[in-house]
Amino acid sequence: MAPSKVVLRFPAAIADKPIIFHLVKDYDLMINILKANINPHKEGTMVLDVVGEKTEAGLDFLRRQGVGVQPLTEDIVRNEERCTHCGACTAICPTGALYLERPAMFVRFDSEACVVCQLCVRACPMHAMEVRF
Amino acid sequence: MAEKTFAEINAKIRAGKAVVVTAEELVQFVAEKGVGRAAKEVDVVTTGTFAPMCSSGAFFNFGHSAPRIKFHRVWLNNVPAYAGLAAVDAFLGATALPEEDPLNKNHPGEFRYGGGHVIEDLVAGRPVRLKALGYGTDCYPRREIETVVTLNDLNEAVLFNPRNAYQNYNCAVNLGPKTLYTYMGVLKPRLGNAHYSTSGQLSPLLKDPYFRTIGVGTRIFLGGGTGYVVWNGTQHFPGLLALPEGAPPVPAGGTLAVLGDLKQMSPQWLRGTSMLGYGATLSVGIGIPIPVLNEEVCYWASRPDSELYAPVVDYAEAYPNRRPGNLGFVSYAELKSGRIIIEGKEVPTAPLSSYVKAREISNILKQWILEGKFLLGEPVQLLPGPDAGITPKTLEIRDSGRRNR
Repeated sequence: MAPSKVVLRFPAAIADKPIIFHLVKDYDLMINILKANINPHKEGTMVLDVVGEKTEAGLDFLRRQGVGVQPLTEDIVRNEERCTHCGACTAICPTGALYLERPAMFVRFDSEACVVCQLCVRACPMHAMEVRF
Repeated sequence: MAEKTFAEINAKIRAGKAVVVTAEELVQFVAEKGVGRAAKEVDVVTTGTFAPMCSSGAFFNFGHSAPRIKFHRVWLNNVPAYAGLAAVDAFLGATALPEEDPLNKNHPGEFRYGGGHVIEDLVAGRPVRLKALGYGTDCYPRREIETVVTLNDLNEAVLFNPRNAYQNYNCAVNLGPKTLYTYMGVLKPRLGNAHYSTSGQLSPLLKDPYFRTIGVGTRIFLGGGTGYVVWNGTQHFPGLLALPEGAPPVPAGGTLAVLGDLKQMSPQWLRGTSMLGYGATLSVGIGIPIPVLNEEVCYWASRPDSELYAPVVDYAEAYPNRRPGNLGFVSYAELKSGRIIIEGKEVPTAPLSSYVKAREISNILKQWILEGKFLLGEPVQLLPGPDAGITPKTLEIRDSGRRNR
């Protein structure tokens, strides 16, 4: 069964196209946007609650448009022991949940802003970002 | 102004009277009180850097088993080490990967464990599996050994990094249409981000661009212990890059070969590191004391982030194909602000080098010197500087039948 809460990642090239609209019109889905960070010509993210019989078909449609689709079933936590505050995650994180606190240059993690896209999990050179199920 | 000597500064350190500041503090000091006064009052400036440094590794002597074996092949936690030395000596490189690693077969590979991680495990005191094969000789009859060792079990464990502490480094960007997975991290397409990797105003070799004080025998903070500069690093190109607008030239690519006793070091300052789609490596903490011998040394050591520049290089086409040139220069002040402008586009920046750890190292080294337990090592020979005229050689593809030597 398709998950009801999903994390969507919009590549910069399609961030300004009407896409979510089709979930309602063509797939008869009821949607609730829980979080969204979409700007023209920039990579965007959205956390969506989706209800309807054609949920799986709707998510397939999103994937065909180049949207990254991931179930929201996990949390991201930082292993403080392993983090060296290098900053390599900070330009990768699409929502700014991982950011440098200037001028001291500590890496801070705002889990409220995290949409669990998991890009940091693989990009962190120290493997300090972990998925907690 | 009179010159100070290493001996005079060391005498002050022994007497507990040396004035020691971090490079960050010196920047502030000079901005407020001027170079002349700083040169008179300050004796030592401490620098620091903590970043992935691939040309790192360690020599080991494992002691002899009964019966004896002469290593022909050797692995530590399944990561191959180099055994082409005496019977139970080996060198483990930071970027070595386990035999069964999928590498980049499923791109981008994760490279979760490699030589750098073995070194971290050893310094953390964790047991490491040693496996070796021999071919059997009259004096070394054993053909196979499998056992578990810890750092304390070894006769010698010496960190010997042939190229560390890059003086300056490219700011890496991606002009292409696809995400790149590089040793400079994940680079998003079409100038999606810009990654840099020095600690700028804290970076050791940016603070002595003419190599007036650093040379063979310079005593340093290495991986949490005491180490030494033993030679210039490989690819030591200390020439200066000219900035287009007539600003002072920028240090380019001096490097250091460093050595130290692994048994003194700590996993806090030697950390196994994985670069997605690129490989495994080791992050190394290094701190170098710069003796304020005169006003000129003080001047260079006090240059702030706003006067230190990195070249911006495209890693989609220019870098992989070794095309010369760059997309201009940006200052470390701009890089640290979080945004730079490249080709008219605002690009978010991120470091790979931990400024937090660099600052911590410069403070630890300062403390060691203030406590009188770390004396300056006077180089027996300085390293080649910008005036040595060293230029990079390239590897050309030649006919294997060539016999003109």
